[in-house]
Amino acid sequence: MSFLELKDLKIHFPTDDGLVKSVDGLTFSLERGSTLGIVGESGSGKSVTSLGILGLHKGGHARISGEIWLDGEELVSASQEHVRGLRGKKMAMIFQDPLSAMHPYYTVGDQIVEAYRIHHSVSKKVARKHAIDMLGRVGIPEPGRRVDAYPHEFSGGMRQRAMIAMALSCDPELLIADEPTTALDVTVQAQILDLMRDLQREFNSALIIITHDLGVVAELSDDILVMYGGKCIEYGAAEDIFYRPEHPYTWGLLGSMPRLDRERTERLMPIKGSPPSLINIPPGCAFHPRCPYSDRTQGKADTEVPALLETEGGHLVRCHMPREERRSLWENEIKPMLETT
Amino acid sequence: MTTPNEPLLSVQDLQKYFPVTKGLLKRQVGAVKAVDGISFDVFKGETLGVVGESGCGKSTMGRLVTRLLEPTGGKVLFEGQDITHMSQGRLRPLRRDMQMIFQDPFSSLNPRHTVGAIVGAPFRIQGIKTEHGTKKAVQDILELVGLNPEHYNRYPHEFSGGQRQRIGIARTLALKPKMIIADEPVSALDVSIQAQVVNLLEDLQNELDLTYVVIAHDLSVVRHISDRVAVMYLGKLVELADRKDLYESPMHPYTNALMSAVPIPDPARRNDRERIRLQGDVPSPLSPPPACRFHTRCWKAQAICKVEEPPLVELATRHQVACHFPENVPQEAAEAVSA
Repeated sequence: MSFLELKDLKIHFPTDDGLVKSVDGLTFSLERGSTLGIVGESGSGKSVTSLGILGLHKGGHARISGEIWLDGEELVSASQEHVRGLRGKKMAMIFQDPLSAMHPYYTVGDQIVEAYRIHHSVSKKVARKHAIDMLGRVGIPEPGRRVDAYPHEFSGGMRQRAMIAMALSCDPELLIADEPTTALDVTVQAQILDLMRDLQREFNSALIIITHDLGVVAELSDDILVMYGGKCIEYGAAEDIFYRPEHPYTWGLLGSMPRLDRERTERLMPIKGSPPSLINIPPGCAFHPRCPYSDRTQGKADTEVPALLETEGGHLVRCHMPREERRSLWENEIKPMLETT
Repeated sequence: MTTPNEPLLSVQDLQKYFPVTKGLLKRQVGAVKAVDGISFDVFKGETLGVVGESGCGKSTMGRLVTRLLEPTGGKVLFEGQDITHMSQGRLRPLRRDMQMIFQDPFSSLNPRHTVGAIVGAPFRIQGIKTEHGTKKAVQDILELVGLNPEHYNRYPHEFSGGQRQRIGIARTLALKPKMIIADEPVSALDVSIQAQVVNLLEDLQNELDLTYVVIAHDLSVVRHISDRVAVMYLGKLVELADRKDLYESPMHPYTNALMSAVPIPDPARRNDRERIRLQGDVPSPLSPPPACRFHTRCWKAQAICKVEEPPLVELATRHQVACHFPENVPQEAAEAVSA
């Protein structure tokens, strides 16, 4: 069994307007020392997945089913107290916006000390020394002085470093980073991505990075999972997703993105329409109203939910189009369009 | 793109200092030099992209040239007319020609007004009568930006982010402006929607002969949309060049570093890329470093960078840079500099 395994995870929220199926049957696994990138637009269910793994929907209104196995332990059926004991030590999270994820009344040092002492019975003095060490490790200058600063006294990049220090303070084996660099400037983003890569190698932790930025996932991920409407629509090694994508949505994402590493294209190829509301997911394939090839599915597009099937060597695709047709579309139409000037 | 000699917008040594006050008497103790002496021209029909990190003054610059803020010093000329200190009353007719698209499609639309009222507001304010009434004119514009004209009576909350940005664009287009300043027009949108809006902006430019100043932090979007690109750092213009020149042979070390920091969506290249990693963050504009403002993070900095500010000079055709040790400089220009 892998270090982390999700089996048919469903997280649904009942609301006055109907059932919101934020995550609807997600299955994947992740080993120690490897990185999974989860890509999707807003409302695709990627953040709900990460909060679900951490058990942060427990005790709320969410209806959770399926299985989450972390290092041989099942978490969906585990008690809240038990999962709370795992958070911090076994698994930790880096949030998008460090200013709202940190407590403004406590110094950065106090917050790291608190997290550390929950899992380690050490004196405040020892914990403080550990906090200073961690701040130094993530590249904060003068950690001995900065440990007593409040979050608002830090710049955006430093705050994100402090968050990473906090998340790593107890050596978690699973680290989930939800849009860790979206709020940062590009030069600082590069520093943080380097830092995460180095720290992961050092700690040999499993890393899940959630983002809408295909550039960021390409920098870090071994495997990539593309989410749409609460479901995984394509999964594979980073090379599969970038060099041999088979789902029209993935093609659309690649075509929507101007790229600095290629000749400038005259025109972007956007996906028409906008992402669906999770209350009202289109019947059949959730992507069919936006899909340019929905007429090639023998009428199944809006009646039948396509299954997530393996095309080759661990590369999974959820699409009604026959594999040969997807392949030839990619090779003959999409790929040349993305690469021409 | 044709660029006739007369600039549509001309900015000369533009400055904006925000006072920092302290105490009960609001004594001024300092100033945030958000924009500190920048000059550039924008020609009819072109798109000027302005890039920089947060706090570099790019948004303030956008608000100065549209006169949403009054400059502290320097000059703004629009079609040859000095608008630097023009009164609100005299500016109003000029606002027809100069409009702004904002970043956040949620806070830039009044939630209590219908789409018709929002897009029709410019007609009302400017007192313009159209041939078939305002409603018809508004519906025509809605159609132009790809919205359903029947949604005239709907409220902003009924639309998605991308559609709201289209409403914002429709409002700027209402009076057929000559120039549009777009401040981060796509950064709040999903990836697939960004591309739709970028394409829309390009179509509208061709159709209506618009001139754009696009302010953004995303270098790939700016490269896609711009004819010329200006790079700002801490209130200064550090480099200004044609798109191709800037992206293929950047001269300023900062431009170089910015570009090498952009994550490339190609897993094979993650390890073989030569990167320039800047240390630290952008310094505070409250107390920017003296002389060349980039010297604290620059790997090429030498003694002169700390005492003498490099002027913005043209080192290649239409390629201006402010640096003591520029890169990618053509031979003859390099000799002229060292002489």
